[in-house]
Amino acid sequence: MSTVTLRDIHKTYIDNEIIKGVDLDIHDREFVVFVGPSGCGKSTLLRMIAGLEDITSGDLLVDGERMNDVPPDQRGLAMVFQTYALYPHMTVAENMAFSLRLAGVSKERRLERARDVARILQLEPLLDRKPGKLSGGQRQRVAIGRALVRNPKVFLFDEPLSNLDASLRVQMRIELSGLHESLQSTMIYVTHDQIEAMTLADKIVVLQGGVVEQVGSPLELYHHPRNLFVAGFIGSPKMNFLSVQTTGVQDSGTTVRLPGDATITIPVQPRTLMAGDRATLGIRPEHLRIDATNPTLMGEVLVVERLGGETYLYVKVAGGETFIVQTDGNSRAKVRDRVPVTIEGSVCHLFDGEGQAIPKAERHPLSLTRHPEVPLHTEATLEQTYEQPTHLHEVPRQAE
Amino acid sequence: MATKQSHRWWIPLLGWLVACLLFFPIFWMFITSFKTEVAAVATPPQLFFRPTLENYVAVQTRASYFNFAWNSVVISLGATILSLLLAIPAAYAMSFFPTKRTKSTLLWMLSTKMLPAVGVLVPIYILARETGLLDTRIGLVIIYTLINLPIVVWMIYSFFKEVPKEILEADRMDGASTYQELVHVLMPLALPGIFSTALLSIILSWNEAFWSLNLTTFDAAPLTAFIASFSSPQGLFWAKLSAASSMAIAPILIFGWVSQRQLVRGLTFGAVK
Repeated sequence: MSTVTLRDIHKTYIDNEIIKGVDLDIHDREFVVFVGPSGCGKSTLLRMIAGLEDITSGDLLVDGERMNDVPPDQRGLAMVFQTYALYPHMTVAENMAFSLRLAGVSKERRLERARDVARILQLEPLLDRKPGKLSGGQRQRVAIGRALVRNPKVFLFDEPLSNLDASLRVQMRIELSGLHESLQSTMIYVTHDQIEAMTLADKIVVLQGGVVEQVGSPLELYHHPRNLFVAGFIGSPKMNFLSVQTTGVQDSGTTVRLPGDATITIPVQPRTLMAGDRATLGIRPEHLRIDATNPTLMGEVLVVERLGGETYLYVKVAGGETFIVQTDGNSRAKVRDRVPVTIEGSVCHLFDGEGQAIPKAERHPLSLTRHPEVPLHTEATLEQTYEQPTHLHEVPRQAE
Repeated sequence: MATKQSHRWWIPLLGWLVACLLFFPIFWMFITSFKTEVAAVATPPQLFFRPTLENYVAVQTRASYFNFAWNSVVISLGATILSLLLAIPAAYAMSFFPTKRTKSTLLWMLSTKMLPAVGVLVPIYILARETGLLDTRIGLVIIYTLINLPIVVWMIYSFFKEVPKEILEADRMDGASTYQELVHVLMPLALPGIFSTALLSIILSWNEAFWSLNLTTFDAAPLTAFIASFSSPQGLFWAKLSAASSMAIAPILIFGWVSQRQLVRGLTFGAVK
């Protein structure tokens, strides 16, 4: 069992509050990713868990035990740093076994353990080399090995892949995923790269301005973002937003008028919005279609980005907004073409005047939180989640 | 490119010229030490002469060179070790746990080097006399430590600053105590820097003359006092003075030459990393 619990965690530097009351439950064997823009407090939060930063107030529990004042090495955690932070004057084996050396383990046992870990990470031929003689990927592996040697309860990763080139990053991502699968240990991972977050996480924690915006499985965040910030942050290219006016609220959904007078009905729960209210419509680029049969809007192509397999069109639509439309790689659209854009209400998101999402009428079947300790949500618990937002969201949100 | 290169033939030539100019006094002192007193003051100066070792013999008979040399060794090493023992923890604290006043403390320390030493001669002399440190090696060790400490702290501080913070955080995660961090991680990483700082401190202590002339007479007198003892009221004996000077600077010159790679590496630590 290795759980991490944060209760009303605050961090203040002199007069500057960096972390503004974070509550979080990280379950055994869960892969949790903290994601958010630069300066959102994700690394600070990880460093507070690690013990490298003091906790101003609140409680940090590891396996139910309060850890606020426990030194970093006695928390049972191991950390992998962005810059690898290997000891340049030690060999790979010495780097990995340094914690054991400090703990007074005999040389034979230290080397044996380093060799065992090196075998897992395919570092065996490099054990006698110094970090300066290794490639970026190998150094990263040594840094992971150094964490593995300690047999920690929880692994902490602070943007471990951001110093690697693109192809190596993908490879290491797959390796990390495999490592989590084989070790079955709890991992907390910080990144600003939402693709890393989506691909690795069992659970994503989206942070902004020291506040947790939303916690959920990758697909839950993708299909049911709780507010405009999460909707815009998760997904690449980012979600398109359009200012709309509510014209009718029915049980089947809420009808909105788009600029250019087209109307669509979005299957959301009939809640806060009333006819006549301003709202924001959100639609992902991959859900927009260029289709002349029944277009919702007409627009003018400003930029065409061809990636081979797909094409991104930047289209200026009625009302002056620019939409990103993802079409197939064979699209013949050119700059200054007028194109018909079709919006399906069923894949749209609706946000109220304060930027909070109007819950969808139905949950996406793949968006259920999934982790080893907690059974899949039932309909009833899902309903509860929506009815009573957890205390996470009572924390006042920062102005965007 | 070729034209550019050919325009620069004079740069190495200029370099050699400046180097020869700087080295000339030492060279002249060295050859003078092998001249007779008459040849040493001859006009025009003689470049070619019959070399003699009589000055060295005379110097050694008049004063025990090895006593002075041993004092220099003990005082330089003692002051360097003491400075390092004080400076390493101080630089560690200032580099990794800075407070609001760290920068001003560093500047204040350096500002003490800007005062003329003679300004504190009387109080230091009286203090040394009252504490029985006059003409003792320990007295000079303390004085030299205090003189060199600001530079030693500054240098080690800048070497420690070069060590990435994450490495220290990593060792804390690995369970290193402050002492283990210093000994197993920080010092090995900053070793070239610490070594060059030590070299500089030894050289500065070895060559220091003001305090050694004022605070010692015989028992603790180092080589600088040994040289000075050859400028007597009866007149200057150039050849003997040159022999004494050659003997005094030889050890530190050889030492500096042997360790120059380490010295340069340390002084350019940050730049070439």
